[in-house]
Amino acid sequence: MKKMQLSSVKRVFKYIKKYTFLLILSILLAVVTVGFTLYIPIVIGDAIDQIVGKGNVDFQIVGSLLLRVGIIAVGIAILQWVMSIINNRITYNVTRDVRNDAFNKLEKLPLSYIDSHPYGEIVSRMISDVDQMAEGLLLGFTQFFTGIATIIGTLIFMLFLSPIITVVVVVLTPLSLVVASFISKRTYSLFKKQSEARAEQTAIIGESIGNLKVVKAFSHEDESLEDFDKSNEELKRASVKAIFFSSLVNPTTRFINALVYAGVALVGALVVMGSFGTAITVGALSCFLSYANQYAKPFNEISSVVTELQNALACGGRVFELIDEKEQVPDKEDALALSDAQGEVVLDNVSFSYTPDKELIRDLSLRVNRGQRVAIVGPTGCGKTTLINLLMRFYDVNNGSISVDGTDIRDITRHSLRSSYGMVLQDTWLMGGTVKENIALGKPDATDEEIIEAAKAAHAHSFIKRLPKGYDTVISDELGGLSQGQKQLLCISRIMLSLPPMLILDEATSSIDTRTELKIQNAFASLMLGRTSFVVAHRLSTIKEADVILVMNKGNIVEQGNHRELIERKGFYYELYNSQFENCEEH
Amino acid sequence: MKKLLTYMKGYKKQCFLAPLFKMLEALFELFIPLVVASIIDVGIANGDTSYIAWCCVIMVALGAIGLTCTLFAQYFSAYAAVGFVSGIKHGLFKHVSSLSYSEIDTLGTSTLITRMTSDINQVQTGVNLTLRLFMRSPVIVFGAMIMAFIVDVNASLIFVVTIPLLAAVVFGIILSTIPLYKRVQSKLDDTLHTSRENLTGARVIRAFGLEEKEKAKFHRQTEDLNKGQKLVGRISAIMNPATFAIVNISIAILIWRGAIQVNYGNLTQGQVIALYNYMSQILIELIKLANLIVTMTKAVACANRIESVFEVKPSQESGTLKSGGNEGEPTVEFKDVFLRYAGSPEYTLESISFTAMQGERIGIIGGTGSGKSSLINLIGRFYDCEKGQVLIEGNDAREYDLEYLRESIGIVPQRAVLFRGTVRDNLKWGNKNASDAEILEAIATAQATDVLESKSEGLDFVIEEGGKNLSGGQRQRYTIARALVKKPKILILDDSSSALDYATDAKLRHAIGAMEHKPTTFIVSQRTASLQGCDRIIVLDDGKMVGIGTHEELLALCPVYQEIYNSQFKEDVQ
Repeated sequence: MKKMQLSSVKRVFKYIKKYTFLLILSILLAVVTVGFTLYIPIVIGDAIDQIVGKGNVDFQIVGSLLLRVGIIAVGIAILQWVMSIINNRITYNVTRDVRNDAFNKLEKLPLSYIDSHPYGEIVSRMISDVDQMAEGLLLGFTQFFTGIATIIGTLIFMLFLSPIITVVVVVLTPLSLVVASFISKRTYSLFKKQSEARAEQTAIIGESIGNLKVVKAFSHEDESLEDFDKSNEELKRASVKAIFFSSLVNPTTRFINALVYAGVALVGALVVMGSFGTAITVGALSCFLSYANQYAKPFNEISSVVTELQNALACGGRVFELIDEKEQVPDKEDALALSDAQGEVVLDNVSFSYTPDKELIRDLSLRVNRGQRVAIVGPTGCGKTTLINLLMRFYDVNNGSISVDGTDIRDITRHSLRSSYGMVLQDTWLMGGTVKENIALGKPDATDEEIIEAAKAAHAHSFIKRLPKGYDTVISDELGGLSQGQKQLLCISRIMLSLPPMLILDEATSSIDTRTELKIQNAFASLMLGRTSFVVAHRLSTIKEADVILVMNKGNIVEQGNHRELIERKGFYYELYNSQFENCEEH
Repeated sequence: MKKLLTYMKGYKKQCFLAPLFKMLEALFELFIPLVVASIIDVGIANGDTSYIAWCCVIMVALGAIGLTCTLFAQYFSAYAAVGFVSGIKHGLFKHVSSLSYSEIDTLGTSTLITRMTSDINQVQTGVNLTLRLFMRSPVIVFGAMIMAFIVDVNASLIFVVTIPLLAAVVFGIILSTIPLYKRVQSKLDDTLHTSRENLTGARVIRAFGLEEKEKAKFHRQTEDLNKGQKLVGRISAIMNPATFAIVNISIAILIWRGAIQVNYGNLTQGQVIALYNYMSQILIELIKLANLIVTMTKAVACANRIESVFEVKPSQESGTLKSGGNEGEPTVEFKDVFLRYAGSPEYTLESISFTAMQGERIGIIGGTGSGKSSLINLIGRFYDCEKGQVLIEGNDAREYDLEYLRESIGIVPQRAVLFRGTVRDNLKWGNKNASDAEILEAIATAQATDVLESKSEGLDFVIEEGGKNLSGGQRQRYTIARALVKKPKILILDDSSSALDYATDAKLRHAIGAMEHKPTTFIVSQRTASLQGCDRIIVLDDGKMVGIGTHEELLALCPVYQEIYNSQFKEDVQ
């Protein structure tokens, strides 16, 4: 843990290096402003010393001293503002740089990383962790340096004025730190309990209210309320304690400050009266009193900054872990850019598994000639999409090779390989943007006419027309508004526009009702003409016409052949096929 | 706001005492500068050591009393705020549970969840801080001014200028940065959105080779965010320096005017120091007050949003009938039913009429958006029809006690939702008193025995939130079993075999047909194959019934059905 923190610190400094000049300037400004801030009470004290009593006020000196206070105050204000701007600049720029690096990495991560990590976790590393890190850094800059400078500065000034009173302040102030840390240790465990109780309640709310319709369908409202009330009672108990204890920090430190204050007043008054040898003036006492009021503050701030910084480093560590993640194997330098692929795809003894202990595909060999149609069938979860992952080179094979037009796909640039395929996945994905932009994803320079033509071919035109702003309607994947079937039609429009030489259709029409599907079939049929295509579907009727059917079960290819051959074999495919026509009346 | 305050009722005492104690603490704090003044003017001037010592004891005593007061105040406010909010939560949860489908649709479940979590937490923070600080900060700010006036009005006139000036700067900056912070937040959301999009759409983005474009977009967004952050940072960074300058200049003026009064003999040196201390006290409290007001406005906005949920009344009232109708009556009968959803200009269902006798099997087919789910939702009275009548065993659905009605219906919803808890807990949703044997029987009928056996814990297997530790098909079969445990009079399967392969689907239909108590069954499906064994099939197209009859009749007469059938059995027909 400590080691990780240290490496995080090093990484942060690497990012800050660009701003070394600003950093030095900021530290310098901190020292200067703190020095002058501490100087003000002394000047005021001097002024007060000139206000002795009736007819005994030296207005000239008082006036010039007070003028000095005003000028210094304005000067400090300006310097402070400049310092804040510099600190902001450093932190926000570092945040931006870190985020950009993280995103650049994101685009180069192998799919296996993305598939095996929850999206929420990666996003939170990039967004909230970086934010927390920035906040910690900013606080560190603004409070750490000034805090330390204040403590040291105050000590020097105080010693200069009166060592005896200084001893009182230095001895009593740590009390407030002890008390504060005592309370915050207690509250930490209480807060933990509270957040656990809250997490439990949030889960209950998410479940019961998120699925309220199901709850109502089963008349389960009373039981849900009972569950909720239980969690509510628990959270209530935990919250009262946590809130109460955490709210003790301020009043108790205030009380200890009052102790320090009284101590300074007592000893100070005695010093003024000359009880301890060299006397100080009343003005110096007032200066001490204002120091005493502020002396504990930087300590408390620094202790909170330390926890904040630790948190920031932990967050930074998570971000850097992402940035340091292993990238996908880069394209070879002499990699071939595939253009106008013929579509001859050969799988030679391919073996693949996601995890070493569970082999998925073993020694698969397959030769697909130009324009042939390959159907991949099998029950849910049998690994049909794995094959697509390999063809698109989202994953690399463990053994054997896949080649297109005679070249191993590892010797082809990823970009050119992938753009040679038109891919429609069951999991429809639209990006934030207009309908038009979404269709033109693979061909950004397409004209409006071409886009409309493609949409018509995919039978998407009629519903797009009815959208509030037609082709310029902004859709967002998260917001919804479109049905799953409509989204799928848009995805089909994409490939109708880009017309790539090879096709991959993974349950491309699964959410479209069969009547519309039938209409699209014709468009698909002409699209597939002359194009090598790989089709995953569980509607067997769409598969019958394939040249080769790969039947998969539990990750393996169990049968291979065309429809007639497979039916005659009376194997797994035969069983699957027949279940479609099973009639409930027969039983 | 008003209605929520009724939940405060049980905490009146605390709501009164918390600010009171806080005010006491503040008052004690205000005496300190006066004590210091007398130390200087009396103690030091007379060289009276014991007087000075007594003064210091008084200061410590004031501090101790203040601390005690605050402890009470903090406890009362925490107790009241948490109690108040947990009361609201209970009320809100109960209220939301009483809403009908129609209101749930309008409000949206994600909104309801936000109201019950983050909004309500804001309210709690707001109430707690208000009780704690609302009396303290103003008392210190204005108290300091009044105390200064008591010491000497002439010298203290500057307070009248300083306080409004500080308030203007503090509030001005805080208020003017609120919209800027919002903009920064929305820019941050943009980057979040892009990051998310690049994860969810990783395959498509890479398939189309859009990586560089996305990078450029993200860099643009972070640059934008950076600019926004710097702007708002520059403005809020004015606060500390500006207030610092104002306070110190005010102190200089205060001391100058104090000096004049001292020269006249109206004021002592110690009193000047007291005035100086009062001036230093107001700044911190003023900033606290400003922040408190921001928190309060947020809390009030959240409270109003919560209240607006309370104001939504369930549109359906439960009837009173708690027994079924006559033996001979059809289990379900629709008489010229029209359905229109709240806020929609068009009918979702138009003129639907059919009857379903006890034990019959009714299929419902049609394209996406044709109204299949809407139709079955009327049977359990999840919505009320606008025109026409839905009769259950001869009585209008609206006459039944809602709980009684829904107890007699087993629904398998389209989306397979399970809840945290064991398999047994989940299946008991259908029937609280079901024995293990009954549960196992339902599981067998739902073709889920292999799912059960795949986990060694069996019925005690703990399902995680959202059923994450089960596959879609496994979840679906458990939801079917959950409905079967009820042994309902009416069983509704809303496209509930979509995640099952054909073979399992067929076995399921067979098992349901063989069930002993012969429920009236409604099967919604897109596949004609799943419906061929039904006594009658209702064909929906765009909310209208375009055909009803057996598979053979429809195949002969209903063109829409023919089209659907042909799209699925193309080659066979040829």
